[in-house]
Amino acid sequence: MPSITRQPFRTAVLVLVWGWLLFLVLAPNLLVVGASVMTRDPGTFISLPLNLDAYRQLFDPLYLEVFLHSLYMAAMTTLVCLLIGYPFAWALSKLGKQRQLLLIFLLIVPFWTNSLVRTYALKMLLATNGLINSALMGLGWVDEPLQMLYTEGAVIIGLVYLLLPFMILPLYSVFDDLRQELLLASHDLGAGRFATFIHVIVPLTLPGVLAGVMLVLLPAMGLFFVPDILGGSRNLLVGNVIKNQFLDARNWPFGAAASIVLTVTMAILMLAHRLSKQRIGEEGA
Amino acid sequence: MTRWLPRAYLVLVYLLLYVPIGVLVVFSFNDSRSGYTWGGLSLRWYQSLFNNNAMVEAMWNSLWLALSAATVSTVIGALTALALHRYRFRGKKVLNGMLFVVMMSPEIVLAISLLALFLLVGIQLGYVSLLLAHVTFCLPFVVITVMARLSGFDESLPEAARDLGASDFTMTRTVLIPVIMPALLAGWLLGFTLSLDDVVVSTFVSGPSYEILPLRIYSMVRVGLKPEVNALGTLLLVFSLVMLMLSQWILTRSKR
Repeated sequence: MPSITRQPFRTAVLVLVWGWLLFLVLAPNLLVVGASVMTRDPGTFISLPLNLDAYRQLFDPLYLEVFLHSLYMAAMTTLVCLLIGYPFAWALSKLGKQRQLLLIFLLIVPFWTNSLVRTYALKMLLATNGLINSALMGLGWVDEPLQMLYTEGAVIIGLVYLLLPFMILPLYSVFDDLRQELLLASHDLGAGRFATFIHVIVPLTLPGVLAGVMLVLLPAMGLFFVPDILGGSRNLLVGNVIKNQFLDARNWPFGAAASIVLTVTMAILMLAHRLSKQRIGEEGA
Repeated sequence: MTRWLPRAYLVLVYLLLYVPIGVLVVFSFNDSRSGYTWGGLSLRWYQSLFNNNAMVEAMWNSLWLALSAATVSTVIGALTALALHRYRFRGKKVLNGMLFVVMMSPEIVLAISLLALFLLVGIQLGYVSLLLAHVTFCLPFVVITVMARLSGFDESLPEAARDLGASDFTMTRTVLIPVIMPALLAGWLLGFTLSLDDVVVSTFVSGPSYEILPLRIYSMVRVGLKPEVNALGTLLLVFSLVMLMLSQWILTRSKR
């Protein structure tokens, strides 16, 4: 054991770092994988024998519907973020450097403030006697208040509001790297604005799009407090299902299986992101 | 036309982002009891906030938790970055991978995995479990901040220190730490804010005996609109803003 006596500091650092990550990252994750294939037990949470019942339960029509609806809401959120974020990042990248930095800072400010408080602020705006309805009625545009709160739309608005910076930041970084020479070259070769957009800009910004999709789609399925505050009981997310199974129904195997499905989705997206980046790297070379 | 259209669009998106926050701040000074009608300026919600003992206690608990979580994650995160940067050891990629998993996996997945661990190992849910969880999710952010600083660092300095007979520990203390100080401060502030704002992980790993602010807000907001939340939200907003500006200031100043 010469290395321990010779380099006590190095050994201590490695033991601490490995210890923390093995105990609080690796072990818990393995535990969830294990829990998903065990049997539900009211006393000890999980028990033997091993089985795949939890995964089978996920395909129960009742839960499948919740899952698909949640996936749909997350996908809509991602789409709206992309539709807002893509032109936003593009417009941002055309400004002067100093102004870009200031605007990026202003984008991060809301993201640094409590997400719960911001969801609550949206509730004040969307409520039946809230500010938007009061304004619309005051202007005489509507006769009776619109039902905005406790709808699917409210949940999507809430998710977009919380997650938009996660879409914009990766998009901004690809637009920032976009070389103007390529656009000029495309123009010189006779491509119009639309052709340049489809054949040059879209492919080059694709990794940013995929990174943004990844950073929005997954949290969008997990943010259980957004439907709790804005959504009502018919617009649950996967996150609500997982939370209920762990904290109320005490069905750990099922909750664990649901979260593994979520993790696998993330892994697939990450792989797609990597592959698209590699392809573009090859084309560029 | 081509010049003002993108700018108008940027302005519009920023308006959408800031209107809810603006409404929150304005209504925190509202004298009216209902959340929607304006009844003149007043500080009554701030007053009722500070007269609410449970609230004040949750506030102190949250501050203490964020303070300790930021400190512990800065120490461990800095050592992790140091190990990744300086040492060659087996499983380095695995270590990197684990940090990546923490950062990328949905918060709720981290939350249930930690809950499962704490219950199975027998760690009581409360301050300790919250601390362990918060340090874990802050860790990758500190590591990235410190790594960025270390990557632009002149390698001849630690070599010179070693040639002059300094041990690894002495070299770290006298050469490396002063160099990465701005990154440590920025990482600490980031950890502090992340801990203070976290809802998802805390919902799972906190116990009934230790109430923290986000969970208190959550239970208030779920039942309905509470004007006190406007006041509390405004205070948190100002606080986060100060923290963010401080960390930006430290990072930009250190680059010169």
